[in-house]
Amino acid sequence: MAAMKESEGRLSENIVYFARALRAAGIPFGPGTVLDALNAVRAAGIGTKEDFYWTLHAVFVKRHEHSVLFEQAFKIFFRKRGYLERLIAMMSPEATGTPPQAEQPQASQRVLDALFSGAEKIEREKQEIELDARFTVSDREVLEKKDFAQMSAAEVATAKDAIKRLVFGFDNVKTRRLTPHPRGHRIDFRRTLRSSLKAGGAVIDLKYRGPKIKQPPVVALLDISGSMSQYTRLFLHFLHTMTDARKRVSTFLFGTRLTNVTRALKEKDPDEALAACSASVLDWSGGTRIATSLAVFNKQWSRRVLTQGAVVLLFTDGLERDPDERLGFEIDRLHRSCRRLIWLNPLLRFSGFEAKARGIKVMLPHVDELRAIHNLESMRDLCQALSQHGSHVDPKTWLARVA
Amino acid sequence: MKQHTTKAVPASIDDTLKLLAAANYLADRSLATVLFLALKMGRPIFLEGEAGVGKTEIAKVLAETLGRRLIRLQCYEGLDVAASVYEWNYAAQMIAIRAAEAEGEHDRERIEHDVFAERFLIKRPLLQAIEPDPAGAPVLLIDELDRSDEAFEAFLLEVLADFQITIPELGTIKAERPPIVVITSNRTREIHDALKRRCLYHWVGYPSARRELEIVHAKVPGIGKRLSEQVVGFVQALRKQDLFKSPGVAETLDWATALSELDAVALDPATVSDTLGVLLKYQDDIARLEGGKVKELLDQVQAELRAAE
Repeated sequence: MAAMKESEGRLSENIVYFARALRAAGIPFGPGTVLDALNAVRAAGIGTKEDFYWTLHAVFVKRHEHSVLFEQAFKIFFRKRGYLERLIAMMSPEATGTPPQAEQPQASQRVLDALFSGAEKIEREKQEIELDARFTVSDREVLEKKDFAQMSAAEVATAKDAIKRLVFGFDNVKTRRLTPHPRGHRIDFRRTLRSSLKAGGAVIDLKYRGPKIKQPPVVALLDISGSMSQYTRLFLHFLHTMTDARKRVSTFLFGTRLTNVTRALKEKDPDEALAACSASVLDWSGGTRIATSLAVFNKQWSRRVLTQGAVVLLFTDGLERDPDERLGFEIDRLHRSCRRLIWLNPLLRFSGFEAKARGIKVMLPHVDELRAIHNLESMRDLCQALSQHGSHVDPKTWLARVA
Repeated sequence: MKQHTTKAVPASIDDTLKLLAAANYLADRSLATVLFLALKMGRPIFLEGEAGVGKTEIAKVLAETLGRRLIRLQCYEGLDVAASVYEWNYAAQMIAIRAAEAEGEHDRERIEHDVFAERFLIKRPLLQAIEPDPAGAPVLLIDELDRSDEAFEAFLLEVLADFQITIPELGTIKAERPPIVVITSNRTREIHDALKRRCLYHWVGYPSARRELEIVHAKVPGIGKRLSEQVVGFVQALRKQDLFKSPGVAETLDWATALSELDAVALDPATVSDTLGVLLKYQDDIARLEGGKVKELLDQVQAELRAAE
C-alpha cells in the first residue's frame, strides 16, 4: 500500500512536470487545470497508453490547434521506452512487488531542458541566414526574422506616438440584442410591470426596448511582402492601437503564407506586441501570393472571424507576383462574406497612380472602397471613414481612368 | 410520452463505448474518454467540429441511453435571459394586480410579493435543467453556442460554474445534482477561454473509413455491402480534395439513404453527378467535380477496393 502511494506521488509529480512543459510549449492554462488533470487521471485510472493520452488531452487542450502541440509534447515527454508502461504497471491495482526505482523526476526535467536548448539552437540557425533582400528580386521565400528595433529615424518615433493617439470613430451597427431604450420599438414588460407596481398598479407606464448598438468586428489582412516592407511596421502599430481601442479586431499577416497574429497584438505594450508578431511570422519581406493567402483565409478563417457584419481592411499594394483567375475568385468570395471590404493601398501616394497592374485591375471591382494609406493624414482619414457608411470614391472610377 | 428508466453513469471508458454503441453511436475511444471523464467529474463537455460530424447527436444519445430528459437550448444572436432562463408571465401578473385592486388591496409590498411568486414564472431551458428531476439530472444541450453573442456567453459562466441561477425577485436556485451539459460549436467565432476553461474540450473530426462504414451499416440497415463500401470510399476521397466544405457524416448517411432509395446497387458516374447535391452544398465545390473528375475519383475508389479484397 505504501508503494502504491509512493507511485501515485511520482505520477502526480510527472503530471506537474508535463504540465510545465506544455505551458512552455505554448498551451495556456492555470494551476486549476493541473489539479483537474490529477483528478481526471485518478478518475479514469491508467488503462492503456491511449487512454492516458486522451485523459490528459481532455483536460489540457482547449483549442483545436493545440492538439498538435499536445501530441508532440506527449511524445517527447513520455518517449523513454517502457517508461510509461512501467508507470501504468505501477499504478494498476494488481501490481505486486516493489516498484522499480529507475526513474528520477530529474529525468523529465532533462527532457524539458533538451526541448528548450533545441529550440534555442533552431533560433540561432535562423538568425545566421538573415540577409537583406529588399533590393534583390528573389523567387525563394526569404526566411528572415526582421528585427524591428533596428529601424531608426526620428520621424518614425514621432509617427508612432501620433498613431498611439489616434481617435477611432464609432461605426455602430444594430444588433439583435434588445436593451432598454426610451423610444424603442418593443414594450419592455418587465420594466413596465415594475414601474406600474410603484404606483400601485393604477397607471400602466409603458417602457420600451430597442436594439443594442455595437461596433462591428474588424478583420485586418496585412501584406508583409518585400514591396510593403517600409510600411508594415507602422501599419502594425496602427493595428495594435486599433486592437486596444475597440473590441473584436483580428489581424492576419500574409506574404507567401497567412499568419494569425491577433493574440500577439493583444499585448498591452506595442513593442512587446510587435516582437511577438515577428516571432510568429516566417515570411517577412518575401514575395507576395495574394491569391493563395486569401484562399487560405477564406477557407480556414472567414467562417470563424467574419460573423456579425465584419469590416475587412485589406492592406496591400496589389502587386501579385503571378495573377491568375484565382485572385478574382478569392477576392470575390471575401467580398461576399463581409459587410464592407476596404482596400488600403500605399501606392495611391503617387499622384499619377493608375490601375494598370493586372492584380490591381482584377481586385478593384470587388472592393467597396479604395483608400490611400501612406501617411498619418490618410490613417486619420481611415479612422473617420470607418465611422461613416458608404464609399467616398467608387473604386471602379480607377478602372475607368485607365480605359 | 416515452417511459424513461434511469441508468447509472458508466463506470469505465469501455462501458461508455458500449453504452454509445448500444444506441448506434459508434464513437472513437478519444471521444468516449472525454465523455466518461465529463460524467465522472461532473464537468460540461465542449464539442467543436465541422457541421455534420455528430456533435448534437451525442447529447441525444446520452439522454436516451441514460434515460434522462433532454433539454435543448438552440442559440442565436440576441438570445437573452428571457428566452433562455425565465420570464415572468406578465399578462397573468397584470390581471392579478387588477384583481387585488378590485378586492381593495392597496398594500404595495403585499401585491409585489404575491405577483412575483413561482406560479407566475415561465421556466426556460436553463432553469428547467437545474430543477430536480425524478429521472435524474437531465442532459442539457446548448447547441451552436457560436451563434449567440458574447453577452450570453458571459452569462453562461455562472450557470456552468456553480449550476445556479439567480432570480432577483425569488433568490438563487441551485441544482441538487448538476445536469449533464453538452455544448456544441461550429467555430463560426472563437468562444472565450474563460468558458472553455470550465469544460472538457473535444474536437470531433471526420471518422476513419472503417468507422464510417460501421456507421453507415448501423444507420442505413438495408444498404448493400458493395454500395456502402463505394459510398464511404468516395466520401473519404472527397474529403482529401480541396473543397470549401467537405461532406460530414450526416451527408454520407443522407447520400447512402438516397442511393438505396433509388435502388442503386453500385456507384456509376451518372448517378454520382445526379445526386452530388446531397453531399456538396457549395456551387463552387460541385463545379470543381465537373468534367470527368467524378469518374476519376470513382475509378480510384474502385481500384482501392479491389486491392483491399
